[in-house]
Amino acid sequence: MKADPRGVLTGIHFIDGDHACCEGALAAGARFAAGYPITPSTEVVERFASRVPTVGGSFIQMEDELAASITLQGAVWGGAKAFTVTSGPGFSLMMEHIGYAAMTETPCVFVDVQRGGPSTGLPTLPAQADMMQARWGSHGDYEIIALCPNSPQECFDLTIKAFNLAEEFRVPVMFMMDEVVGHMTEKVVIPPADQIEVVPRKHTQKSIEEYLPYGTNGDMVPEIAHAGEGYNFHVTGLTHDERGYPNMTPLVQDKLVRRLQNKVRAAADRIALFEEDQLEDADVVVVSYGITSRVAQRAIDLGRTRGMKIGKLRLITAWPFPDKKIRELAAHIKAFVVPELNLGQMVREVERATSGKAETFSVPHAGGGVHNPEEILKVIVEASR
Amino acid sequence: MSTLVNPVEPFLRTDRMPHIWCPGCGIGTTVNCFARALIESKIDLQSLALVSGIGCTGRVAGYVKLDSFHTTHGRAIPFATGLKLANPKLNVVVYSGDGDLSAIGGNHLIHAARRNIDLKVICVNNLIYAMTGGQTAPTTPDHSITSTNPYGVFEPSFNLPHLVEAAGAVYVARWTTFHVRQLARAMTEAFQKKGFSFIEVISPCPTLYQRRNKMGDGLDTMKFYKEKSKVRHGAPTSEVGLTMTGEIAVGKFVDRDRPDYQTMMRGQFVESLGEKYIEPTEAVCS
Repeated sequence: MKADPRGVLTGIHFIDGDHACCEGALAAGARFAAGYPITPSTEVVERFASRVPTVGGSFIQMEDELAASITLQGAVWGGAKAFTVTSGPGFSLMMEHIGYAAMTETPCVFVDVQRGGPSTGLPTLPAQADMMQARWGSHGDYEIIALCPNSPQECFDLTIKAFNLAEEFRVPVMFMMDEVVGHMTEKVVIPPADQIEVVPRKHTQKSIEEYLPYGTNGDMVPEIAHAGEGYNFHVTGLTHDERGYPNMTPLVQDKLVRRLQNKVRAAADRIALFEEDQLEDADVVVVSYGITSRVAQRAIDLGRTRGMKIGKLRLITAWPFPDKKIRELAAHIKAFVVPELNLGQMVREVERATSGKAETFSVPHAGGGVHNPEEILKVIVEASR
Repeated sequence: MSTLVNPVEPFLRTDRMPHIWCPGCGIGTTVNCFARALIESKIDLQSLALVSGIGCTGRVAGYVKLDSFHTTHGRAIPFATGLKLANPKLNVVVYSGDGDLSAIGGNHLIHAARRNIDLKVICVNNLIYAMTGGQTAPTTPDHSITSTNPYGVFEPSFNLPHLVEAAGAVYVARWTTFHVRQLARAMTEAFQKKGFSFIEVISPCPTLYQRRNKMGDGLDTMKFYKEKSKVRHGAPTSEVGLTMTGEIAVGKFVDRDRPDYQTMMRGQFVESLGEKYIEPTEAVCS
């Protein structure tokens, strides 16, 4: 289905990543946001608050992130596409409702413009240290999808992608920006609405008598109904059967939780997006994402001018992790180098996926700035020895 | 031979019976009143959604044959807020317990009342955390024995009608589970009211509250409610706080009008944006 033209600000813009993310959400059909102010993410909802009354939707500033992250889910069950926006400290408070969205299969988007942590940390400065929290932050076994834009243009394009994935798989999608990408101003091209592909909600076509709220037919993603349509369905965060009724047996738990995982895992290769460059002859591959990928690019270019065989693998999807791609590369390269604005998070995934077939080098950075390309190059040199 | 059908049965998920509530518990009584209020008010059931939090009362959502949401602990009100804003045509009822609404969800309670979001909140107050075994709640009266105050509660408790009135609720009433007709009538009234309505229902927990405090069983509690309750319509809410064995003021304390959140939102946007404003009518995703 094509985007609703009312939400699409077609044209060439010079805007920052936060604003581009907002435009992406509007283009994707988001008509509801709930938020709580937090640097460096607030500009997303500020723009949404200004724009949404003219496209037919609403924004509400809630009393805290606990509220914001569940208000948006109420809106989803009321029929809207909805999201919330935050940064580390708020993201921590939202974990409860990432679990609720996973358990109830509520399609929605959580935007996290990452800043330095732990705790209040560095409110105005970048980090990429919420990557594991995005994947594992709520209790229990569940699966989410996480995307990592590295430019304002991608903040627009991938926000649409985030909403589309949320609808397709009925999962919460984490949109993992960072302070630099959020506040960086660049050219953003917004295409006409008829060139924007939007995934509609997987609404049931079944009659009220036939409808099973959590029944599936092969593809593991159940069909949804909205409140007010007469389906009289029940939604609970308790372990539930296909009717949505609580059921406290290990059997039902096993069936439900495995499905929640497998619906994403079975499609992992299709969901896992990445950008690759100069991999053909590479001995060393730099794996990076978000703002760090742009610094890494400079390190790769510097190394190449010195005759080193360096390739690039940029993660666009962080979760599910592109295991397959790493495994393939590990079979014929010497080493991976993983710079990131944390003390070593996604590098663990790279190391795991190599199964010991290639060496893995971390280039950690505690956040507050970005790497110096020379630091990354130094590790590349070490890795290629 | 004709079969007698309980008039409230069509409103219940009978395939989920028996329910989990203990003998003598008052929650089922409140659900009966709720169903009778639905009959009485002739409210369109398709437009009605019910949202609960966590706890014994939180299980109400699972037993009513409505679009029903059993959310996270304390967050029924913000969930209901999103539901109502996304689809303003819905009538949204929040049905939860005192601990859920006034402790972990206390912040949401006061802000929803301040905004005057059009929600009907039914707060079943059993004076205790029952699902987890009888711990002290913000509503537990002074000197009560609980599992976490085994020597008696010494912290002051919330006077919920006073709290929500101060925060901005337009309708505030309190009844006990002895007052089934009055309670059903109060619910019917709240359905007619636009804005944040709050009904507190004092309800027994014979298993954990009455037993520990040597107050007898369910029947003894009904006698206690009958003896101690005094109808005080319009009483200043500052005077209706509860004690362990003192008077239980019941009645309709607040019934006033002020514009609800969505009316104010619309007014502001129409004034500021004129024809550029587009109503957030029922959002369409499919």
